Amino acid sequence: MIELKNIDVIFQQNKHDFKAVNNVSLKIKKGEIFGIVGPSGAGKSTLVRVINLLQRPSRGQVFIEGQEITNLNRKELRKVRLNIGMIFQHFNLISGSTIAENVAFSLYANNYPKDKIPGRVKELLELVHLPEKADAYPANLSGGQKQRVAIARALANNPEILLCDEATSALDLENTEEIVALLKEINEKTKITIVFITHEMEVAKKLFDRIAFMEQGELKEVTDIYTAFTEPKEAISKSLVERVLNVNVPEALVVKEDETLLRLSYTGDDSYDPVISMASKNYDITVDIINGKIDYIHNKPFGVLILILRGEDEERAKALEYIQKNVYKLERLGGK
Amino acid sequence: MSETLEIIESEFAQASIETFQMVLISMVAAAIAGTLIGLILHLTSNPLFFKNKIVNGIAGTIVNIIRSMPFIILIIVLIPFTRIIVGTSIGAVAASVSLSIASIAFFARLVEGAFSEVDKGVIEAAVATGASTSLIIRKVLFVEATPALIRALTVTFVSIIGYSAMAGAVGGGGIGNLAIMYGYNRYQTGVLLFTVIVLIIIVQLGQWIGDKIALAFTRK
Repeated sequence: MIELKNIDVIFQQNKHDFKAVNNVSLKIKKGEIFGIVGPSGAGKSTLVRVINLLQRPSRGQVFIEGQEITNLNRKELRKVRLNIGMIFQHFNLISGSTIAENVAFSLYANNYPKDKIPGRVKELLELVHLPEKADAYPANLSGGQKQRVAIARALANNPEILLCDEATSALDLENTEEIVALLKEINEKTKITIVFITHEMEVAKKLFDRIAFMEQGELKEVTDIYTAFTEPKEAISKSLVERVLNVNVPEALVVKEDETLLRLSYTGDDSYDPVISMASKNYDITVDIINGKIDYIHNKPFGVLILILRGEDEERAKALEYIQKNVYKLERLGGK
Repeated sequence: MSETLEIIESEFAQASIETFQMVLISMVAAAIAGTLIGLILHLTSNPLFFKNKIVNGIAGTIVNIIRSMPFIILIIVLIPFTRIIVGTSIGAVAASVSLSIASIAFFARLVEGAFSEVDKGVIEAAVATGASTSLIIRKVLFVEATPALIRALTVTFVSIIGYSAMAGAVGGGGIGNLAIMYGYNRYQTGVLLFTVIVLIIIVQLGQWIGDKIALAFTRK
């Protein structure tokens, strides 16, 4: 378990104090994939670097598995770091060393028995599906492959925690999906705790168990990933989530006298129920679908539809009542 | 023409040996002490290692003082020190003392530059693994800086060849001295021309070999 208590990070910029992280307290559970999202400059990278003290906080404490690490000396801190792997946006591999040597570096750091190093390196490269690249140099690998090598290096000493600082932000869509799938696979296999920083909500949706929204150095909202997408509370959460769902009313739309413009949100099981077809069948109305999207978060569907109901006032009212009862959320955007 | 050949025949071998001696001694000194001082300069300026303004300031100032002196002045200033070290202030070995000190200071700055060019993120990633500083220096800093270090050593080699011509001032001899003694002072243009060509070839060859080795270590 990771616990941050009242963390402040203050940078001096041209004699000005700049609070990159402002009074953040956070508990991350063992074995979960915990994500921190926010716009650039929100302080999320600074915050994740506080966890292994690459960045020393100006105030506050960090606990790893109950042990306070903020007051450890150099040697003790190194020991803690052996238990915390980390990967980066730009991979940060040693360009002058082979892939095998890059992975072996972590093992040297842990004084791993020399004769067992080649075997362990092979095992790790197999774990990240790259056994054939052992003797290549980083420059000969694609971005996704480089990140997989970085993952192998980070996992070499079987750490209980993996920190990912914008680990997919420099990758294209295909490589991003590959890394996300790999991290999920490793999390399931080893129950490693993953802390993942990103500004990509698509990654958040696919990977995270829980999510924290960060803005201007502060944690605004911490919640499970499904709730984050279905019921974001804070302004920052709403704006980030909306960008993924991106279901808007066309600007040119004019709602007529006998029409009602609606936004429906579906969640969980009710996504599968044919609410709309039932409504148009049972009541004397027609339904136009203007825009819509159904997304899956941890295999749980979540959908948003924009509809126009057309028909006599009375029938429309009845249909509305029926729909209201059967969906998660109904908002009337226009018309009567 | 025959006089020129005579001079070259009788003097050139000795001059070459002297130059070789001076260059070898100062190259070794620069490679060892210069690397060490360059490393100290880097480690004390990088917050990921042991940032220390006082140590960095002292080492940097010493290096700057040596580098700010014209080499011919440095030779004279170091005469007492040279006497203590090698017992005499005359000859190729004596000249090597001041030559070494100048090369150490020169190379140290280049080494510091080579280390500071190493991607900070790579060092940070190494720190995050829990590696010791000595492991990071050996397996990251030196590995990543190797091509730049070889290039720095090549530049230093070329400078030493140039400096060694001034060693004649303290009886150090060498190819450069031959050019001044015969070519300039005794109007032997043939000797001057010959030594210049030899020096050009040595420098070109040194640069070419240096570039080749540096390239062989470049993996980008």
